[in-house]
Amino acid sequence: MMDALANISTLHYLVVGAALFLLGVIGVLTRRNVVIVLMSIELILNAVNLNLVAFSRYWQGLHGASALHGQVFAIFVITDAAAEAAVGLGILIAFFRNKETVNVDEVNLLKW
Amino acid sequence: MNPVANPPVATPFFFYGLAAIMIIGGVLVITRKNAVHSALALISTLLAQAGLYLMLYAPFVAGVQIILYAGGIMVLFLFVIMLINIDRSMKERQFNKQWLIGIVAAAMLGGLFISVYTKGKSLFPDGRLTFVESGNTQGIAGLLYDPHTGMYMFAFEIASLLLLVAIIGAVVMAKKRI
Repeated sequence: MMDALANISTLHYLVVGAALFLLGVIGVLTRRNVVIVLMSIELILNAVNLNLVAFSRYWQGLHGASALHGQVFAIFVITDAAAEAAVGLGILIAFFRNKETVNVDEVNLLKW
Repeated sequence: MNPVANPPVATPFFFYGLAAIMIIGGVLVITRKNAVHSALALISTLLAQAGLYLMLYAPFVAGVQIILYAGGIMVLFLFVIMLINIDRSMKERQFNKQWLIGIVAAAMLGGLFISVYTKGKSLFPDGRLTFVESGNTQGIAGLLYDPHTGMYMFAFEIASLLLLVAIIGAVVMAKKRI
């Protein structure tokens, strides 16, 4: 039984990433609080990052240790996440100042 | 001197432990009423993910994950949670009206993932691909900054421009009167 468990392949990491991605999607689609929606988006980005680093590991096994493109891309995704969080939370503060609420289904200023 | 690739110790134990922490933390993020509890669960998820990065021989990304995500972005989240009042939003309905269709859509996406991963299993033959460890941080810096071999230098400059735009945008958005 330990032999079956001893081999952690790339697919194991991909399954964890997929589960995290699904949790993030459920959070984005069902929660009302905008802060938790933004946190769910962070969950999605982290699932993508885990996939990228796992594929980078696989690629390194094939092409040598200097094939680090997946990890570089993960760093770019982290940069994007920082920018997204700053702008999103800025929008959230501006919205809260105007409407005194943080619920997504009350964000209807642009609806006709 | 002949470098030998060392096999990692107790890989399954740490992998399943860290994966369990990540999944439980993710579930807590999307189910807690209190936004502060969600933020703390997200921090535990991010730290466990940094552990998984270490298991994938990515120490630099793991450090960036801890410093930037768990240390920087989550502090930003906690600041904003404290700026807006949570007492009233905790008493309200937590899920919106389309929660059922949302869960159905997520389940369909999960079915897609399962079918792709079961059909594409042969693409990832085994996890035993070991290689000689070399400078991980040096390799990343070479790809990012080296003018001759680095292919991501332009993308790096664009990322700095993106951060500048985000800083200005956040200040413009959050400031009451410019």
